[in-house]
Amino acid sequence: MAKGFVSIAAERCKGCGFCVEFCPTRVLVLSSAFNSTGYHPPHVVAAEKCSGCDLCGMYCPDFAIFGGRYAR
Amino acid sequence: MIETTLDIPADARNPVEPFLRMERMPHIWCAGCGIGTTVNCFTRALLKSKANLDKVAVVSGIGCTGRVAGYARLDSFHTTHGRAIPFATGLKLANPELQVVVYSGDGDLFAIGGNHFIHAARRNMDLKVICVNNMIYAMTGGQTAPTTPLEALTSTAPYGVSEPAFNLVSLAEAAGACYVARWTTYHVMQLSRSMEEALGKKGFCFIEVLSPCPTLYQRRNRMGDGLDAMKYYKEASKIRHGAPTSECSLSKSGEIVVGKFVDRERPDYCELLRAQMCQSLGERYAEPEVVCSR
Ligand code: SF4
Ligand code: SF4
Repeated sequence: MAKGFVSIAAERCKGCGFCVEFCPTRVLVLSSAFNSTGYHPPHVVAAEKCSGCDLCGMYCPDFAIFGGRYAR
Repeated sequence: MIETTLDIPADARNPVEPFLRMERMPHIWCAGCGIGTTVNCFTRALLKSKANLDKVAVVSGIGCTGRVAGYARLDSFHTTHGRAIPFATGLKLANPELQVVVYSGDGDLFAIGGNHFIHAARRNMDLKVICVNNMIYAMTGGQTAPTTPLEALTSTAPYGVSEPAFNLVSLAEAAGACYVARWTTYHVMQLSRSMEEALGKKGFCFIEVLSPCPTLYQRRNRMGDGLDAMKYYKEASKIRHGAPTSECSLSKSGEIVVGKFVDRERPDYCELLRAQMCQSLGERYAEPEVVCSR
């Protein structure tokens, strides 16, 4: 079971890829789909590896993603 | 729309939300611009420092970074070009209880407002100055700034910049700042920690953050996009705490020395003023009364 979760506001993303590049456990990839402004937002490919460290949230210049740990 | 089928707790919120005017998102910054990343670091530093948000003011000048004041859900002021520091000085003197943060760009702080910077540092005004350095005048169209490195191409130097750039950390130290650090947008944890340290320190604190500008700096110099700049920061940065700032100048594609360079104690402007007044006037000196109504 994953320790953390990652939440993505795909519509706000500008596809910079910072989160994909700097996620320490490689949870994300940029999707091939577009959002309504024409960017490719990230999508989760390895949810079970997410530690909830929120590094993606620290990097995202568009406040479009953040991670957190489950309270248990 | 892309759906994610993750198990996200219903009350999970992006930690930046309480600090930002989310109704103004999306912001105007380009894809791959690093200013938003510095804002993440700043909001987390505020969270950790447990500052009373009613007593924090953010002052910006003009430029891309100047927009930060408009997005911060704090008492924030978007001042005229170059005048963030004098405005912040007035704010601090009129209400010394405020934690005053100046958040602006390299052009605004070091060209148009260069004189204000050195004098506020000399007086040791109790201000926290965060300078997002994208090495160019971005908002006005990519002209050469006093921070643009030698040989870089800009809209006003199509054959390459021939004049040497300011070394901001050295300038800040020489002018008298009591805290000087430099990071890049790659160093999110360290940057946030530095901001937290500065928030807890009295006196003139200066933090320089190198940040990608894919649209106006990198494109003309064929330096790729925002992610390419981040990878360059990762590879070219060397952490050297306490390094002599005179050895930390920046170049177009060379090593970037980052770290905390200066952390010293000096009496700040208000203390010096009070001491002088008490000495000269003795009992006739009365503390100015500060009346602030909210
Ligand atoms: S919270 Fe951490 S582990 Fe999870 S996606 Fe974000 S960066 Fe990766
Ligand atoms: S860091 Fe933010 S803007 Fe960049 S790709 Fe990830 S979610 Fe999108």
